[in-house]
Amino acid sequence: MQALTNRVKQVNRSPMNFWERLYLPAILKGMTITFSHIFKKKPTINYPEEKRPFSPVFRGLHVLNRDEEGRERCTACGLCAVACPAEAITMESAERKPGETDLYREEKYAARYEINMLRCIFCGLCEEACPKDAIYLSETFTPADFTRKKFIYSKEDLLIPNPLTEAEKLAEAKGETV
Amino acid sequence: MQEQQHHIKLPDGSIEKQTTTLNLGPTHPATHGVFQNIVELDGERVVSAEQTVGYIHRAFEKIAERRPLYQITPLTDRMNYCSSPINNMGWHMTCEKLLKIKTPKRVDYLRVIIMELARITDHLICSSVIAVDAGAFTPFLYVMQYRELVYEIYEEICGSRLTTNMGRIGGFERNFSNTAFTKLEKFLTEYPKVLHEFESLLTRNRIFMDRTIGAGPISAERALNYGFTGPNLRAAGVDYDVRIHTPYSSYEDFEFQIPVGTTGDSYDRFLVRNREMWESLSIINQAYKKIQEFKGAEAEVYHADVPEYYLPPKEDVYTKMEALIWHFKIIMGEIDIPPGEVYFSVEGGNGELGFYLVSDGGRTPYRLHFRRPCFIYYQAYSELTKGSMLADAIITMSSLNLIAGEMDA
Ligand code: SF4
Ligand code: SF4
Repeated sequence: MQALTNRVKQVNRSPMNFWERLYLPAILKGMTITFSHIFKKKPTINYPEEKRPFSPVFRGLHVLNRDEEGRERCTACGLCAVACPAEAITMESAERKPGETDLYREEKYAARYEINMLRCIFCGLCEEACPKDAIYLSETFTPADFTRKKFIYSKEDLLIPNPLTEAEKLAEAKGETV
Repeated sequence: MQEQQHHIKLPDGSIEKQTTTLNLGPTHPATHGVFQNIVELDGERVVSAEQTVGYIHRAFEKIAERRPLYQITPLTDRMNYCSSPINNMGWHMTCEKLLKIKTPKRVDYLRVIIMELARITDHLICSSVIAVDAGAFTPFLYVMQYRELVYEIYEEICGSRLTTNMGRIGGFERNFSNTAFTKLEKFLTEYPKVLHEFESLLTRNRIFMDRTIGAGPISAERALNYGFTGPNLRAAGVDYDVRIHTPYSSYEDFEFQIPVGTTGDSYDRFLVRNREMWESLSIINQAYKKIQEFKGAEAEVYHADVPEYYLPPKEDVYTKMEALIWHFKIIMGEIDIPPGEVYFSVEGGNGELGFYLVSDGGRTPYRLHFRRPCFIYYQAYSELTKGSMLADAIITMSSLNLIAGEMDA
């Protein structure tokens, strides 16, 4: 084959020399390398006792957000469900009643909000789609479970603890010690 | 008397075979993925091999026909999952070609860094898995620790490690953080040592050489006839590289060489991939230098200025009506893409990864085809292994870097 470019570099494929054919030197060299690894730092960690820190933008388990007054931010606009390539999000909207202003931030809210974690591919598009800062992907994994049904997370599972009434739980969820 | 000689009574009319049929796959440790190989064996020699694909066909091309462009990126993640950022970037660049978007230089260089990191991880897996199949498990474990460093860089940039869904049409979703650059520097200083060690364990080791030299060779002509690209074609001696022949993402700004082999056997493929990792490292170093040269406002550029396709910043969406409207339009996929037909290819971890996109002016592609290099390599498998020992057939399989996700799409 003639060369198509002037950037060709032949890989070194020289036949084995005497020492290489002897085979023992190669074994010794290999053994030296593997032996030296005994004294290196252990690269693994003992999960779940130890956990590695995730990056601040890690895409883990979903969280439905509340505002500073503990009201749900979601306005059931449905953008997250539209953006979801795995069609994992289901929701129903409802109108806010007069006495509920301390529960919901907007006039419309999600009466039902479910994410099927078995369908979800953790692509993060729902977080990107949300215009209300209501859903985001946190820095935890989805915990394992025994039945498929348990992986359909309802709104109660997804909502973060209320900062007014459940401050301790919120701090715990955020990984802060009180 | 006759009855006692046979432990198994063959049904009437059946012919006794001289050869053994062996099913490699669909779930077999040697296939490293879900695809099947029905080999006909005479003793330990392969008489014929029949390939079956389709076990994890997920109809990506069909799904893509009813998805807005930005929702197709997560699908491309799942093709060659050893180097998903290359797939992501390739897809974005295809869209940019159709939409006639020009990306700023800094975006190009950032993409080059990510794509070359992905190439390193891809080759790293392939090369070390050849060793695993030849019986040497240790080098694989040593290099996997350092693949982790690359995954941490991905995690810092896009938030995910394997199925990255990285970047957007026009650039990246966010600027690279300082941590990302620190991690990149760490990788650039630590990795050469590891690669040296990896090579000194295998490249001139007699067992490894004996096992791989002459396993599954292919001539340049046959490789071209099959449509080989990437490292597997270069191992056969053809210096074809998409990065040089049709440069994309400013690859013309970089100096690097194309390693080629001579015989196209497993050893050549191993050597070519190893050499390419060194070239990739040098490209990353060059790109990182170029990025550091950007000063002031230029150093903050991480996407092209295309408000019709690139989402407005979140602060604007929360406060400004105009931005909110665009946000809705883009997410709902309500922007018609111009009619047209584009083919765009990138040098994937495995070869020429092509995207053929036809748009009839609607909101979704009219038709989308992925040119997946693995699918093409696998066609040649029976020719490559005919007459070889079964153990060599396994080495050939891993040295072609057959990845089921890419084969089936
Ligand atoms: S992360 Fe992706 S797949 Fe999961 S719910 Fe959000 S949009 Fe859907
Ligand atoms: S979570 Fe966000 S995107 Fe989804 S319905 Fe609620 S407000 Fe809309």
